[in-house]
Amino acid sequence: MALYDWLLFLHVLSAVALVGALAVFWALVLATRPAAPLLSQSAAAGIVKPTNILVIAGTVGVLVFGIWLAIDHDDYQVWDGWILGSLILWAISGWLGDRSGKAFTRAMQPEHAAARRPGLIYHTASSVAVFAILVMMIWKPGA
Amino acid sequence: MSVIAAIRPDDVNFPLFLHVLGAMLLVGMLFAVATAVLISWRGESDAAALTRFGLRTLLLGVLPAYVLMRIGAEWTYAAADYPDEFDPAWIGIGYITADAGVVLILISIILSAIGLRKLRSGGGLGLGRAVGIISLLLLVAYLVAVWAMAAKPD
Repeated sequence: MALYDWLLFLHVLSAVALVGALAVFWALVLATRPAAPLLSQSAAAGIVKPTNILVIAGTVGVLVFGIWLAIDHDDYQVWDGWILGSLILWAISGWLGDRSGKAFTRAMQPEHAAARRPGLIYHTASSVAVFAILVMMIWKPGA
Repeated sequence: MSVIAAIRPDDVNFPLFLHVLGAMLLVGMLFAVATAVLISWRGESDAAALTRFGLRTLLLGVLPAYVLMRIGAEWTYAAADYPDEFDPAWIGIGYITADAGVVLILISIILSAIGLRKLRSGGGLGLGRAVGIISLLLLVAYLVAVWAMAAKPD
């Protein structure tokens, strides 16, 4: 396998980890809704730990291998519009994801249960940003 | 053959998007099932709740994600309009993992349905563990499929 094939595999694998982890967080959001919780906060926290590793590995991996791919491949440049747009969305989704995680962690304490709502808003916005990145990666507007 | 696969008409983008999105969600849902069951296996006090979460995730998350991935795959293949002699290894790996995977997913669905019923009367943890092991096997198979789809070996 050539270097390009390895980089593409690692980039796609990182993207799978990132989107997969966001989907797990959505499942946990549904499973811990106050009206009918399926999981206790402590049980959910047990699943959050490995999922955090997955989301961090995916977030860092898509960036590192994505930029490496753009440098390695003659047809793409880091300053191409669709790549620059994806980088901006990556930064926004990472910031929103971090805010979401902090809000949900805070909401685990009964006295801060209201923090769940902003956590949900941040997680939704972060997911939309990642969804938009995926659209850019497939359609490559302007390429 | 990799060149043929790399050049894609615009008609392929939407079905490819559905295929990729479905595959990503499928891996995430399988990860959720396997993680929940493995944690419950360690004898956590929330073992029944974690197993219930794992089994419900399989029914409500894994199956729809698989259907999205599989429909997207078939639609992409049709839209790409590959030549008749185009039969690379990566498409073969994709079909094998998808078609063998659906058998394991169907077995898991049956085990999950029975397991969820047994959990109400205090049992079902063993069935949950079986579903967790199957989910781990599927995760490994789909990681191989991700490698095949990305690296596209001839």
